Amino acid sequence: MRTADTREPARSHGVRRRVQPGKVLIYLVLSFWAVTTIYPFLWVIMNSFKVKGLIRSDSFSVPMGDSFTFDNYKTAFNRVDIFGAYKNSLIISVAVTVVVVLLAGFAAYGMARYRFRGRNALHSLIIASMMFPVFSTIIPVFRMMFGWHIVNTNSVALSQLSVILPQIAGNLSFAIVVLMGFIRGLPIDLEEAAYLEGYNIYQIFFKVIVPIAKPSFATVAIFTFLWSYNDLFTQMFFLRYKDAFTITRLLNEITSIAGVNYGLMAAAVVLVVVPVLVVYVLLQKNIIKGMTAGAIKG
Amino acid sequence: MNSTIYKKKSPLAVFLIPAFLFMAVFLYYPFAMNIYNSFCNITGLGTAAEGFNSPWYLNYGKLFQDPIMNTALVNTMLLMILTIIFQVGIALLLALLIDNIKKGTQFFRTVYFFPIVISATALGLLFNLIFLYDGGMVNQLLMKFGMTDMIDWKDEAHFLFTMMTPVMWQYVGFYFVIIVTGLNNISPDIYEAAEIDGASGFNRVRYISLPLLHNVLITCLILAVTGALKVFDLPWVMMGAGMPMDQSWLTGTYMYNQTFTMGDVDYGSTIAIVIVVIGVVVSQVANRIFKEKDY
Repeated sequence: MRTADTREPARSHGVRRRVQPGKVLIYLVLSFWAVTTIYPFLWVIMNSFKVKGLIRSDSFSVPMGDSFTFDNYKTAFNRVDIFGAYKNSLIISVAVTVVVVLLAGFAAYGMARYRFRGRNALHSLIIASMMFPVFSTIIPVFRMMFGWHIVNTNSVALSQLSVILPQIAGNLSFAIVVLMGFIRGLPIDLEEAAYLEGYNIYQIFFKVIVPIAKPSFATVAIFTFLWSYNDLFTQMFFLRYKDAFTITRLLNEITSIAGVNYGLMAAAVVLVVVPVLVVYVLLQKNIIKGMTAGAIKG
Repeated sequence: MNSTIYKKKSPLAVFLIPAFLFMAVFLYYPFAMNIYNSFCNITGLGTAAEGFNSPWYLNYGKLFQDPIMNTALVNTMLLMILTIIFQVGIALLLALLIDNIKKGTQFFRTVYFFPIVISATALGLLFNLIFLYDGGMVNQLLMKFGMTDMIDWKDEAHFLFTMMTPVMWQYVGFYFVIIVTGLNNISPDIYEAAEIDGASGFNRVRYISLPLLHNVLITCLILAVTGALKVFDLPWVMMGAGMPMDQSWLTGTYMYNQTFTMGDVDYGSTIAIVIVVIGVVVSQVANRIFKEKDY
């Protein structure tokens, strides 16, 4: 019918634009919300460089000259083991991510490609477990691991393990669902070709499936990593030993350490936010995709 | 799909057993055990149950008599409703607005989404500074506009606002991205047809965008409601143990407190079950009321 439009698809936007004259207003509203999301972070970064006390009297000024100081950061690094906490966070989150991606990849592949009895039942189990909030499993998990003597110990490694295990389980079902959806949509021809070339089933998985499904694996990995890094609840339950504290867990303690030293608090917030900010700026497209794909998990 | 490669079933065990073993040990078994625990008498996380409660449903009776549990439930319900209105509402408004512009969409998307990747713990501390009584950002701002008395944002008149605003603010970008994706899936042809029929901006939204977003909005609604049940970190960091005067409890924080601070592990388990039940019931009801539609 409207052949002119099919030749110039760009016009559809032009048509829509003319209907809305209040473009300036639109940009104003959108910018207002952008300010609410950016400014608090700018504000806290600014204040983390301010001389003690100034945050409470003059928090909107930019720290310059006399009011500029690194003291808050010096105090933060002196009082608490920030690097140790980063290290603990990294160990836990990397371990969780690697295991989740590997096991979920395996399970998703098996579920997507094999036909077997009980497949539907397993599928329902996966979906059901996505509905379990962490609250509903954490107490028995604690008691079970207490029986195994891996919680309430003075061992950093065991403390880390006690957070890693439940976090893996908590992320598996979501990861399987996302990966299964992707693998199911792949054409089977490649796998058959590889099979004829003499690949065995595990080679097919690692050399054919994983490379093609890389974006999905990245999505799952990013989501799992961030979730694990930020998850205070599990860490509060299992990390009781100070040397094993992650950065998130440490931050939760900082209020009691800092007292009324608000500059220190601001510095602590910045120290936690900055690594994530850097990663976010680099990988934002993947992250946004990953987090919204993980919507059901929340 | 019945390719010859997948006729031999033995590798299946290698693929499935590790993941399902993990979930069996750390999800299914604990979930069942949690229900069992709620009928027992357990006084410490590491101690064995001292038999069943008498009567066995003791904890469930307690739920109804516990005034703090009542507060926690009311607060959680309120949070759910506010989440739907403000989180999803603001997200929808922003998404409809951004659908009209071309420049800067990527920027807004990135900026709006940013708070979601930040740990709620860090945000909690950040908002503690913002809502600080003596010289916090908000109070300083209000002083600049001529207010003389500082507001205690955590007192009985303000704590709900102080606790819930950050929770809502954090996730607006999340629903924004979901809704924008939904809007992008609407074919421009439909808008053009409406244009020819003379539909104005408002009518276009009312009769095309909103109905076609129906399913997306339902998803957002269910996510918002179940998400409200899972909120823990922000209120815990900001309000601690139910400040002020046991009034700011949510089901999640109250469950943690009963389990850890009060040592009433079986009651904590019972509260956890309440959280599950509410989640299932509310999402089922939402699904019933707003059935998914095919267009």
